[in-house]
Amino acid sequence: MGEKKLMKGNEALAEGAVRAGCRFFSGYPITPQNEVPEYMSWRMPEVGGTFIQAESEVAAINMLYGASACGTRVMTSSSGPGISLKQEGISYTASAQLPIFYANVVRGGPGLGNIAPSQGDYFQATRGGGHGDYRVFVMAPNSVSEMGNFPRICYEVAEKYRMVTMILADGLLGQMMEPIEFDFEPIDPSKLPPKDYALGIQEGRSRRVVRSYDLKPGFMEKHTWKLMEIYNQVEEKETRYETIMAEDADLLVVAYGTCSRISRAALALGRKENLKIGLLRPITVWPFPSKILHDLASRIKKILVVEMSTGQMIEDVKLAIEGSAQVFFHGRPSGGIPTEFEVLDVIKKIYGK
Amino acid sequence: MEKKVFARTKGLTETPMRYCPGCGHGVIHRLVGETLEELDIRERTIGIAPVGCSVFADEYFNCDMIQPAHGRGPAVATGMKRVRPDCIIFSYQGDGDLASIGMAETIHSAARGENITIIFVNNAIYGMTGGQMAPTTLPGMRSTTSPFGRDPKVAGNPIRVCELLSSLKGPVYLERVAVNTPGNVVKAKKAIKKAFQVQVDGLGFSLVEIISQCPTDWAMTPLQSIGRVKDEMIPYYPLGVFKSLEEKK
Repeated sequence: MGEKKLMKGNEALAEGAVRAGCRFFSGYPITPQNEVPEYMSWRMPEVGGTFIQAESEVAAINMLYGASACGTRVMTSSSGPGISLKQEGISYTASAQLPIFYANVVRGGPGLGNIAPSQGDYFQATRGGGHGDYRVFVMAPNSVSEMGNFPRICYEVAEKYRMVTMILADGLLGQMMEPIEFDFEPIDPSKLPPKDYALGIQEGRSRRVVRSYDLKPGFMEKHTWKLMEIYNQVEEKETRYETIMAEDADLLVVAYGTCSRISRAALALGRKENLKIGLLRPITVWPFPSKILHDLASRIKKILVVEMSTGQMIEDVKLAIEGSAQVFFHGRPSGGIPTEFEVLDVIKKIYGK
Repeated sequence: MEKKVFARTKGLTETPMRYCPGCGHGVIHRLVGETLEELDIRERTIGIAPVGCSVFADEYFNCDMIQPAHGRGPAVATGMKRVRPDCIIFSYQGDGDLASIGMAETIHSAARGENITIIFVNNAIYGMTGGQMAPTTLPGMRSTTSPFGRDPKVAGNPIRVCELLSSLKGPVYLERVAVNTPGNVVKAKKAIKKAFQVQVDGLGFSLVEIISQCPTDWAMTPLQSIGRVKDEMIPYYPLGVFKSLEEKK
């Protein structure tokens, strides 16, 4: 804890990871997340950790695979195009059950796209992203404060369930400055309990193997079901969300990250005009807060999904409510950012329909 | 009076190997295993199995093992060595793994001078997937994806890894050996042991390229395949030390 500081989102993200015990970072330059590796390049040596500017995102994620297998809290960060390259290593890490943490400071895509904020990587983040059957625990901050405080939660979830965790931010959250107060004391990683899978010096124990494959017939199927059981537990225990004025709402806006901030402003404007609008903000987008949304949709018959994409989270919304409400969409992909007035206009159009 | 002249090395597990008759991996595994035992580093060594036939190395080496993605061994080794400098890290890789898909990781770990050891088995073919052309397949050599023989005009010429890496400042020790004759096996053992010693001494990056044979995917008998190593492989891939900075000290 401690004093309030003014920080840039990317720097808060890096500092939050260091405070949460991260001692290994490798990454590759890409806008709009460059402040993360830049910060880590001096901060890691300061705390006795390792910073490596890798030759590629592919190498960066595989360095994490090695360092994490030795029991270290690790981190990498990138933006869409780099995250695509990291998917190979993320899939291997998920199969080998190594608890890594990474961040995607999303930019406009597809392709090289642009460097403006976007939410176009929702599918990639929430559907696993790489090959094979696995899930990633995905937190979606909407402030610099959350950028800095979420890494601790990610490490705890990663190590408790031995799974991949990530922060899904965007260029706006990475670049803007806001006051932040860390809500946890710095964690000394040498005081964390030893990990029973970590590779290193044997000292009398039997040898350990970290692997992502099993060629014996039937074994990989068993392994994948075992992973799924873990994911089911995470879904049950680690789903996080926030509701604002949803109790009496006639219309529910569902938005995460930057769009939840914009929608909150639209809500305030609308309430002044006596429009009964509420907000459901998923804080984890995987696991998605399906239960609460399903409950809300039994009463609220109009739902507006606002995203900085052509409509990705809307699929999870529709799956959650199972046809029990009308779902509307407002999206601005590839660098477009909706204003609160724009969102309010959309709300007004569908409110009285 | 019985005298024991040969025994199983503690550096290998008792799991029976699945390698084909005549394959070089078994001999090379044994040499690495002996080295781990003789240098007394087995209990602080982490080995990296590649993707390819020797993916099963994680069952054979009697030390902690990790199996990463295809070609990424040197990156994984980098991550491990940086957080566990007290451990000995080696990456066991084939030619497709090291010189094709993992070339960037190979070159950059060498350029950074990571204090790791790479055991590079070059048998000029993708074995596990059934005999496709490798970056080290010789001109004219047949494979399932160069059925008329590798044509350098369309597939380029094979890559000489030791020569390529020797242009970098990072590597401390680079040597190419073979396992086609008892004499060469002895020399290969010496090179492998030296490569590990370089790491134990904290000197930096070491790589031993081992010219090996793949009778199955070369469609040869083991004896014929040994003949090819001598007559075709070694002339293209000359044996010897390419870099040995520790001797200058």
